[in-house]
Amino acid sequence: MKRVNAVVVGAGAAGGIVAKELATAGLSVVLLERGKWYTANDCRKDDLRNQRTTVLGNAFGPEDEGNPRVLFDPHSGPRTLLPSEGGYQNNAACVGGGTLSYGAMAWRFMPQDFRMRSIYGAPAGSSLEDWPIGYDDLEPYYEKAEYEIGVSGDYSGSPFFGPRRRQLPMAPLPPNREFQILEPAAKRLGLHPFHIPMLRNSVPYNGRGPCMRCRWCVGFACEVDAKNGSQNTVIPTALATGNCALRTECMAREVLTDDRGRVRGVAYYDANGHLEEQLSDIVIVSACAIESARLLLNSKSRLFPNGLGNRYDQVGRNLQGHHYTGAMGFFDADTYDDVGPGASIAVADYNHGTAGLCGGGMLANEFIRLPIQMVDRMPAGTPRWGLRHKQSMRSFYKRNIAVMGPTQPIPSADARVTLDPAVRDKWGMPVARISGNVHPHTFEIGLVQAQRAELWLKEAGAVSTILNAGKPTVVSAGQHQAGTCRMGIDPQASVVNRNCQIHDVDNVFVIDGSVHVTNGGFNPVLTIMAIAYLASESLVRNWKGTGFRS
Amino acid sequence: MPSSKKPKRMTRRQFVAAGTMGCAALAVGCKEGNHGNWDFLNDAQARTLTAICDQIVPEDDFPSASQAGVLTYIDKQLARHYRRHRDIYRDGLAQAGAMSRERFGQEPAALAAPQMAELTSAIEKQNRKFFDLVRSHTFEGYYGAPRHGGNRNAVSWRMLGMAEPPVNGRAQYDLRKGSA
Ligand SMILES: Cc1cc2nc3c(=O)[nH]c(=O)nc-3n(C[C@H](O)[C@H](O)[C@H](O)COP(=O)(O)OP(=O)(O)OC[C@H]3O[C@@H](n4cnc5c(N)ncnc54)[C@H](O)[C@@H]3O)c2cc1C
Ligand code: SF4
Repeated sequence: MKRVNAVVVGAGAAGGIVAKELATAGLSVVLLERGKWYTANDCRKDDLRNQRTTVLGNAFGPEDEGNPRVLFDPHSGPRTLLPSEGGYQNNAACVGGGTLSYGAMAWRFMPQDFRMRSIYGAPAGSSLEDWPIGYDDLEPYYEKAEYEIGVSGDYSGSPFFGPRRRQLPMAPLPPNREFQILEPAAKRLGLHPFHIPMLRNSVPYNGRGPCMRCRWCVGFACEVDAKNGSQNTVIPTALATGNCALRTECMAREVLTDDRGRVRGVAYYDANGHLEEQLSDIVIVSACAIESARLLLNSKSRLFPNGLGNRYDQVGRNLQGHHYTGAMGFFDADTYDDVGPGASIAVADYNHGTAGLCGGGMLANEFIRLPIQMVDRMPAGTPRWGLRHKQSMRSFYKRNIAVMGPTQPIPSADARVTLDPAVRDKWGMPVARISGNVHPHTFEIGLVQAQRAELWLKEAGAVSTILNAGKPTVVSAGQHQAGTCRMGIDPQASVVNRNCQIHDVDNVFVIDGSVHVTNGGFNPVLTIMAIAYLASESLVRNWKGTGFRS
Repeated sequence: MPSSKKPKRMTRRQFVAAGTMGCAALAVGCKEGNHGNWDFLNDAQARTLTAICDQIVPEDDFPSASQAGVLTYIDKQLARHYRRHRDIYRDGLAQAGAMSRERFGQEPAALAAPQMAELTSAIEKQNRKFFDLVRSHTFEGYYGAPRHGGNRNAVSWRMLGMAEPPVNGRAQYDLRKGSA
């Protein structure tokens, strides 16, 4: 196999952008993706098999056969889990990664989200830190993501976000009924409601049509290709340069190093299970926070006996995602209008500035709840089964609103990914073991957020409400997983520098949610995309070249 | 609920009887292990499971779990995606039968409605793992996508008042006008 300039592992949110940026700058790139490439024709809206409700499996990977993980719960000990089971903490495994089937909320973090330690001080026992970059560094790349991938929405109702040079390229979708109910209520409470920014076409954009507002959005692929991910934007652009080869159903096994401690390529299993080596000048790991950590830990050699980038036992630590809390309100008139995607309105008044709390979070109405997703979300006092449960489904299915939000997680070094000593995947590689939890202050913030959601719903006319504010025993990383290869200045307390380059090996990069120091009170993907643009740009700028051309 | 205007539907017992008759009529198709129309369950297990599922989603103006195809859904999945739950089902159904015989001297399928409700609550208390599994799978079969054998004719979706077939193509822009 020909040597190339760069191997990118993972064709998700970040990997797709990196591949495009490097390929358009003239580097030769191999993009390895363990999953398949689905198209809009494969979207099959199946309520029981998608990336949200996975009881019959994940529609967009990984499949249940041969891909276990281990979850270590302090109460029940280690449990081996299938990708379709909740504790597995899956995102997705396909071309596009999470972006093929995500809800597509496209948040910019706030300036404060990058300076959490300076603003609040680190709670005892936490690993709360500032980022080595700030909002101003990322602003141009947020904009690039908003324009290249495509975002609709309107932040103008909220005065709380950092400055921006350009408005979003597309106006928001027209408000649905929940928006119309919640907006005046928020205003009466003195809040600043606005249209959620979404990686979704509201008008024709980038050669594809607009959203046709179906019922099945979050967790599903879009049959009219109106949802913008790496699979229908940057990856096709990368391939069109002629400099990028995408290899699907190829599972990276380890990053290879030479005797001098430099990276020389990637060993991977191809679709037929054959072990291949792709040699390269540089390697970019973009496998999503849990698998990126696992790949580095599995990349052991004489010079790196504990895995690549792991000299100081930092790889896999500070695993975080989001603790989601909020409330459901039940109404005496229909709130449901069957107009997707459903999520439409948010407030960001509570992200910062509450005395006694290290941050807060955004609150928004939820995506359309499919019937199967409502069976455990009935009003207080509803029996779990039987005639009254059935009647309650009938009475309230179309008469409820859920307001939820991602609580700013306060990280802890004990929440981590390690390699399981016993369990292997179908290729014989040690699997990820997830253990520990975020700092308990996170749950205090989450409870306050849930009460705020409840207040909003009551103001909107809810006749009864239920609070959703649990206290999980293991970190909830899942679809918002981040933090496992923290970006920082101190090589003993972080894994990569501000350019996403591993501290002690200069030709390997980690570019994905892994590098997040903190995960904000917002869904993370636009920040992951912005970092991918920023890191790619510095990589290209510093690239001396080897003269290779395919 | 007044039942006068209700369309004629089979009661649970008529349904089960019809199922058994179907099996007898197709005697050649009834394998040794008593696998009538099922991929995994045997007929006795299916009768007991029907009785439990129809407590979880009983019949009223709208069909019960079994009338909507929930048994077909669960049985299919026990032969496919839910193979890992077979033991819990086998043991749980056997235990449910034993509890019923002990308390009421009859199989679950033969119990009157109040007795079956009592038995179901007892199962929920004594074998929570089994019951929660059946409960989840019943809801999946009742409220989930029809393609897996449950929610026949999208009956639960119609019950909830959802447009069926769903309304698509609500884009408010004319695509023929070209791209931005
Ligand atoms: C249903 C759903 C809804 C979501 N909604 C939102 C939302 O509204 N807003 C938001 O901000 N975020 C949302 N997310 C999360 C978002 O998708 C993720 O934050 C984002 O995709 C993470 O980007 P990434 O580049 O880190 O990883 P990914 O996008 O997951 O990409 C990683 C890729 O690497 C591949 N890979 C992993 N290991 C290997 C290996 N060893 N060899 C080869 N390939 C490998 C994987 O298959 C995957 O395709 C949602 C996710 C899902 C699933
Ligand atoms: S709601 Fe819109 S963007 Fe989402 S899947 Fe449906 S048509 Fe596509």
